[in-house]
Amino acid sequence: MTEMRYRDALKLALREEMERDERVVLMGEDIGVFGGAFKVTEGLLAQFGERRVRDTPISENTIVGVGIGAAMVGLRPVVELMTVNFALLAFDQIVNHAAHIHYMFGGQARVPLVVRMPQGAGHQLGPTHSHCFEAMFLHVPGLLVAAPATPADARGLLKAAVRDENPVVFVEHESLYGVRGEVDETEEGVTDFGCARVAREGSDVTIVGVSRMALTAERAADQLAAEHGVDAEVIDPRTLRPLDLDTILASVAKTNRCIIVEEGWPHGGVGANFVALISEQAFDDLDAPVARVSGADVPMPYSKPLEDIAFPHESDIVRAALLVLGRDSSAASIAPTPAHDGERDAHRVAPGAIQEAMPRASR
Amino acid sequence: MATSALPDQETAREWLAAMTLIRRFEERAGEMYARAKIGGFLHLSIGEEATIVGSTRALRESDYLVSTYRSHGDALARGTPPGKVMAELFGRADGCSKGHGGSMHMFDAQRRFMGGYGIVGGNLPIAAGIALACDQRRAVSLAGKMNVSIEGTNADGNDEEVTLCTFGDGATNQGTFGETLNLAALWRLPVVFMVINNQFGMGTSLARHSAVTDLQRKGESLGVPGMACDGMDVLDTHRVVSQALAHVREERRPVLVEAVTYRFRGHSMADPEEYRTKEEVAQWRERDPIPAFGALLQEQGMIDAAERERIDEEAVRAVDEAVAFAEESPFPDKKSLYEDVYVLDHQIHGHYHGTPRAPASLDGALDTQARAGGDGQ
Repeated sequence: MTEMRYRDALKLALREEMERDERVVLMGEDIGVFGGAFKVTEGLLAQFGERRVRDTPISENTIVGVGIGAAMVGLRPVVELMTVNFALLAFDQIVNHAAHIHYMFGGQARVPLVVRMPQGAGHQLGPTHSHCFEAMFLHVPGLLVAAPATPADARGLLKAAVRDENPVVFVEHESLYGVRGEVDETEEGVTDFGCARVAREGSDVTIVGVSRMALTAERAADQLAAEHGVDAEVIDPRTLRPLDLDTILASVAKTNRCIIVEEGWPHGGVGANFVALISEQAFDDLDAPVARVSGADVPMPYSKPLEDIAFPHESDIVRAALLVLGRDSSAASIAPTPAHDGERDAHRVAPGAIQEAMPRASR
Repeated sequence: MATSALPDQETAREWLAAMTLIRRFEERAGEMYARAKIGGFLHLSIGEEATIVGSTRALRESDYLVSTYRSHGDALARGTPPGKVMAELFGRADGCSKGHGGSMHMFDAQRRFMGGYGIVGGNLPIAAGIALACDQRRAVSLAGKMNVSIEGTNADGNDEEVTLCTFGDGATNQGTFGETLNLAALWRLPVVFMVINNQFGMGTSLARHSAVTDLQRKGESLGVPGMACDGMDVLDTHRVVSQALAHVREERRPVLVEAVTYRFRGHSMADPEEYRTKEEVAQWRERDPIPAFGALLQEQGMIDAAERERIDEEAVRAVDEAVAFAEESPFPDKKSLYEDVYVLDHQIHGHYHGTPRAPASLDGALDTQARAGGDGQ
């Protein structure tokens, strides 16, 4: 076992796959000479040369499209979008092309393409640079979606993504790049898609955490154990498509209570989707409605105190857990502050919308 | 006409026959649309046959073609059986895209026709990517390692494949036009960009949608030199596109070719054509590329009137057979709704679809069984 940072685990995966398969090429803005905006690709240009590590102009839609075309005739491109925010500029190529080519051409073409991008808030970058969009990619049939939380999964899932015959949206997290974890370099280390990771076993409540929120959920579970005597099970789905629903359902069958934690917006979010799936398939196992802890339903503000309360933290998860366990004696304690009620009238927001806006357990 | 040299007799006849087939096919497709055999949009190439045949006949078999939502003619010109194209229009199982694509999404991997694309400008980056893969294949000796991942095609050892990417005048206003031409010039990708200037972006005339109307010049600031041809003249189109392809093959730099042409029918079948006059259409119809080329060949003594008649009869017969083939082809089996969404030979776990209507075969259990040697497929 080697301890390494998430970014280095990603780099290791890219290096290993490029050494293994000459068809693998990297493309992206500032990935070569600059070494990558988050230094994931640092050193790869020197090792593999300009033909396989390609700095591109700032043309997101076209970079992804070039990756698609190259994938259709035999390369295994890995395209880096500097952040998930810029993926919006490439949505036509990701959705209308990468996701649909295999289907709309009757299976005659394949798009074995990986599009990597980091997401996440926490760096005071404001509304245009703090998005979490895994739900938007999850929405699209034809795409596979991976969101690793640990260095081992960063490496393992990226290797699996490169080897897969389908287009993969590979969602990294800006706040995870520096996080350290154990990686077994002696193993091939491919993490199959569709296999959830049970990060912590427990019997009282299931907490499903997506992307960075898997780690936040683990810390919340420690807090729940230490301060409240609650034994929480934490599940990191690792890939959202395909989804290891079975592991989640088995856990819910054991704990009878479930919380979904994600950093993105609540409406049409990953949590909303999971709640639907769990209600449809495990209704009888539930002793309480499934709760969601999500990012606030607002554009991400710049100011630090506002940004801090706009995405979930351990305390939000702990409160949600106590709520679904019926241990929270005062539901009012997670309600929005009275100041918001005045705002509600002023803006004619539908009842409940402000509550939706707060990062909290909604049930 | 006849500023460009004529090809040999057999070739000339074949070009005339190819143009005639497209014309007759498109006319019949229009009729079938009116009879509700075809749904959705239907964009016909009538009037643009010289552009299609002149350019595709300049390609080698190993070259790639990428085109737009007006792509029946491209498929036919590349050699896709008319029945498979008509069956796709009819939404049948034997369509070239198995009924998943329709009029705008023709594809023939075997003939390296890499797709009609429904989004204006969406095909340019893809063409550049195909060119990149060809360039990579050529530059890095990957023989034996680079397995072409398209069924029915193989790297044939020919390391000089060029990609021809066609798009309309309207697409030159899309971001992907500027982005892709810049990238292709920067990376010296072997791709010929061909703007089929039929003078309207749907119902908006060129002068009303583009500040620069001399479209061949639109790539200059991006490092892509331009050439122009008369898209109503199959000889001129063939001559200019051949030059462009040769240049790209040798110099490894992209070129932009503008083919000036005109579609005689509306943008799609749902087009009252209020944006142009009947007189204008009539004027262009006088330059109809098919009778013009036929007359030239007759004038040159390469074919006679009876032969021209025979070519037309052959085309009509081929289209009759295509319609019969499409009529006889079944609609896709309902279970094919979920086919080809994913390539399932590597991923074997978990749920791919978030709906209870998804067939069980797409869940992990069954695929795992298949992998374990079971017969659960």
